[in-house]
Amino acid sequence: MALTRSRKTTPARTRGRAAKLARERRTTPQPKPPIVALRDATVVYPGGHVALERVSLEIERGEFAFVVGPTGCGKSTLIKMLIREIQPASGKVLIAGRDINELPASKVPLLRRRIGTIFQDFKLLPNRTVYDNVAYALQVIGASRAEIRRKTPEIIRLVGLQSKIHNYPDQLSGGEQQRVSIARAFVNHPPLLLADEPTGNLDPETSIGIMQLLYRINRTGTTVLVVTHDREMVDKMRRRVIALEDGRLIRDERAGGYHDESTREFAARVRHELGVPGDQPE
Amino acid sequence: MTRLLFFVSEAFRALRRSAAPSIAAIVTIVVTTLLLGVLIPVLKASEDKTADVREQIGLNVYLYDDASKAEIEALERKLLAIEHVEAVEFISKDKAAKILAGRLEGDLRESLKELNSNPLPASFAIDIDDPENLRAVSNAIAPVGSDGKPQPISPAIEEVRDARQDATKITRVTGAVTVVLGILAVLLLVASLLLVGNTIRLSIYARRREVEVMRLVGATNWFIRWPFIIEGVIVGLTGAAIAVAILWLGKVTVVDPLSESFALVDNFSTMGFTPLVITLVASATIVSALGSGITLRRFLRV
Repeated sequence: MALTRSRKTTPARTRGRAAKLARERRTTPQPKPPIVALRDATVVYPGGHVALERVSLEIERGEFAFVVGPTGCGKSTLIKMLIREIQPASGKVLIAGRDINELPASKVPLLRRRIGTIFQDFKLLPNRTVYDNVAYALQVIGASRAEIRRKTPEIIRLVGLQSKIHNYPDQLSGGEQQRVSIARAFVNHPPLLLADEPTGNLDPETSIGIMQLLYRINRTGTTVLVVTHDREMVDKMRRRVIALEDGRLIRDERAGGYHDESTREFAARVRHELGVPGDQPE
Repeated sequence: MTRLLFFVSEAFRALRRSAAPSIAAIVTIVVTTLLLGVLIPVLKASEDKTADVREQIGLNVYLYDDASKAEIEALERKLLAIEHVEAVEFISKDKAAKILAGRLEGDLRESLKELNSNPLPASFAIDIDDPENLRAVSNAIAPVGSDGKPQPISPAIEEVRDARQDATKITRVTGAVTVVLGILAVLLLVASLLLVGNTIRLSIYARRREVEVMRLVGATNWFIRWPFIIEGVIVGLTGAAIAVAILWLGKVTVVDPLSESFALVDNFSTMGFTPLVITLVASATIVSALGSGITLRRFLRV
């Protein structure tokens, strides 16, 4: 927790969100619950396949954690469970101390607005420009037009796509599309960002750029949970690693060190350790 | 307000982006609305005609030409005293001639004038409260005597005639026509609903990925639904407008000239054009909007 406190670079907007979270937290008995907590969560798909079996874990605010494991180990199921795409057969899923499976269906969109989600296949709206794709996330929450006009170019600049702002997704490279999807996920400054194989379709150099972006987002105070099967990348990142196999939690390591390196240092180190040559991206 | 503008612009964006399915939906609605626009007035006309015939059921009491004024007045009092009689109207020979002249046109009217004498008898037109009592009233005016021949209550009466047989025949025929047309209309309506629903489903199915993404970024179901409903309204309105334009063209070029030269067509009292247009536009729009909204439901299940 100390490491969360040390990052006082939190922008004002995020603090506003945090205040809102704090207000809601007051209603729960725990004073400061972890952002994500699973309690014996078991997911059974129709047909009897057990995708997750009694998984319990906690992720603190401001953490950067990886979920790793071979294909079919239940990684994507975990993400889907956190945004209530699917519901566990038993056990609890608590987001900021609240059991999301007790939410009425009408409140599920509100939950999803507080969680940014990034996918391997980007899931961009194909008939909208970069600008409109990002703006849609703001339109959904009923942001004013002035707010949209201010925030959208700002976040697109943050992900380094200002020159492609009026392009359509099919005119962008995979890495650029993923940047758009990160911009869309982060434009509301959600306290939690989930990434399901964000670099699965990308080459190593592009992947580092994406990871660097996620790292930068993490440094603003957002909790980032990345699902991946890229073991090498995970090892080099030296962050907490949660390993799943056949739906069971088999390892949960809190790796130490390098917590306060800058984004630039982080990228340089990872690039060096992965043996990828080249300059700073962007 | 901003939100409404956003929904409308979203709807137009979707229409532009998926022009082919949109045009298919519009054409479907044009065809159905057109068929309904022809069927409804015809159905209405045949119904009105039946009602007309029912109202006209009454008795006509024809008088001898030599009936005296006193006899006629006495008869009128007697007729009014009969049970179930609602009104009695005396139609003199002159009046009967005028009525006939009014019904005839052109050459026929001329030839009527050429007759030097008036061949039409004077008569009483009797209104009866219910067609069921027709026979009772008829018997009261001319009870059947012991010799089997009718014995009228007044010597001035030449004949008592009722339109009952004609009326039941007409009622039966128009009834059958109404039923057939009604069944046809219902079948057509069901078919068109399915067709419109299917067209809309196709266009939404093509965009189900888009709906999925909208849900993932936290759009509420109504936020996703409104643009689709507005799209349905636009499609319905456009389709109905085109159909109404075609109907109006048909009315001006075919029906109106016909009704000027044929009394028969003119006689059909049918629905006014304005209420018909309102009905058609409203139903096309509602069907289209509901179709969009309901079809979307299956993609919105959380």
